[in-house]
Amino acid sequence: MTALPTRRDEAWRYADLEAVARLWPLPAPERILVPAGESFARAIVQDKGGIHQIDLVLEAGAEAAIHVLNCSGDYGRIELNVTLHEGADFTLGAAQIGGDAQTLEIITTVTHAEPKATSRQMVRSVLAGQATGTYLGKVAVAHGAQQTDSEQSVKAMLLDRTATANAKPELEIFADDVKCAHGCAIGELDPMALFYLQSRGLTPADAQTLLLQAFIAEVFEGAMDQEALQARALAQLGALA
Amino acid sequence: MLSISNLHATVADKPILKGLSLTINAGEIHAIMGPNGAGKSTLGYTLAGRPGYQVTAGGAQFDGQDLLALDAHERAAAGLFLGFQYPVEIPGVSNVQFLRESLNAQRKLRGEPPLSGADFLKVARAQADAMGMDLDMLKRPVNVGFSGGEKKRNEMVQMGILNPKLALLDETDSGLDIDALRIVGEGINRIMRKPDKAVLLITHYQRLLDYVQPDFVHVLADGKIVRSGGPELALELERDGYKDLAA
Repeated sequence: MTALPTRRDEAWRYADLEAVARLWPLPAPERILVPAGESFARAIVQDKGGIHQIDLVLEAGAEAAIHVLNCSGDYGRIELNVTLHEGADFTLGAAQIGGDAQTLEIITTVTHAEPKATSRQMVRSVLAGQATGTYLGKVAVAHGAQQTDSEQSVKAMLLDRTATANAKPELEIFADDVKCAHGCAIGELDPMALFYLQSRGLTPADAQTLLLQAFIAEVFEGAMDQEALQARALAQLGALA
Repeated sequence: MLSISNLHATVADKPILKGLSLTINAGEIHAIMGPNGAGKSTLGYTLAGRPGYQVTAGGAQFDGQDLLALDAHERAAAGLFLGFQYPVEIPGVSNVQFLRESLNAQRKLRGEPPLSGADFLKVARAQADAMGMDLDMLKRPVNVGFSGGEKKRNEMVQMGILNPKLALLDETDSGLDIDALRIVGEGINRIMRKPDKAVLLITHYQRLLDYVQPDFVHVLADGKIVRSGGPELALELERDGYKDLAA
């Protein structure tokens, strides 16, 4: 794409377009090819802001697991464009943690190009202040990509009524023997749970952090660097309290 | 230990407590009974500092401190424990982690050193054993998938670990079968019946009082205590109900 995106471009609808303009033109996306039968894992901590685009191709029977902690900078966007060939398996576990006026985005397009590929995406956003957190995730099942099994689970927790979460799982299916599960929920911390924790002695800040830690815990399960990611996420959550 | 005077409290601007006074000394067990809607649970929540429970008049001194000036977690550190009528399920947070962090947060506020993981587990195991809960349950997320009785037993395990000075137990007997009622009753006696501790039992029924003999029984109706007496008052209420008390 050479022209600067506008709000009419669905994938950029919630973006911080002023920040995008400063970053434009973007360098070519990072390209990763996972050869047939091999596996790949990457943990990305987005801690400087900016736009990070990855084109990921999984050949037949390949596996990839990407884990993302999107947390820093005024504008941080991770874009994944994934193509799955026969029997490939893709996992995304992502957490976005933001406050102030941050805009954080995870944009994915997962194309099941051939039969029997599987994909699982789990995204959890925790947003405070005036922050905006967006997940736009498209799963495209190509003609003939039978026995596709894909799943999207998207949840956001708003710590302030001034924060914004956008969540849009999107399916485009041209095959008739597929499983494409998707769920999304946006909510607030349960005041009764917070009081229960505080009544046992936890400070309000620690009670909130403990609940949020539980909220995002699943996304980093099985990640390479799982403990480092969790520790980093915990520090970010603590900073919001 | 606890001295409540002329306490008025509102919930969502609705007056619930309307001039409640009550004094509890160390070594005493008090029971509060009363009809639905009298304000029994509100009393527990107000004393424990639940947000939204506004004190509009009166006061409460706990161990020489102005209880109502403290935040909920500070009240816990000062030695107050609220046993919840409906213990909250908290997915993803293990009992062990929650209780260890809670206990150490209390110790920190009291200026005591934190308990190590090993020392904490020793205490936790002893308390769980005493309540007939196995340690695996303590490692599970807080109250998630627990039966009503297990949740109440878990409250008692928490009380044993946190070792408060004053326990406010809000219908700890509801939802318990006969065996669980006995175990919970024995737990209350074991943990709290000590010269330097006190208990306020909020209950509808005499049956818990068969196991935990109260020194004083109070009737709460329409936001204040309308009658006080000894254990025989509970038996009288069980027999005659509350209908004559309003007059």
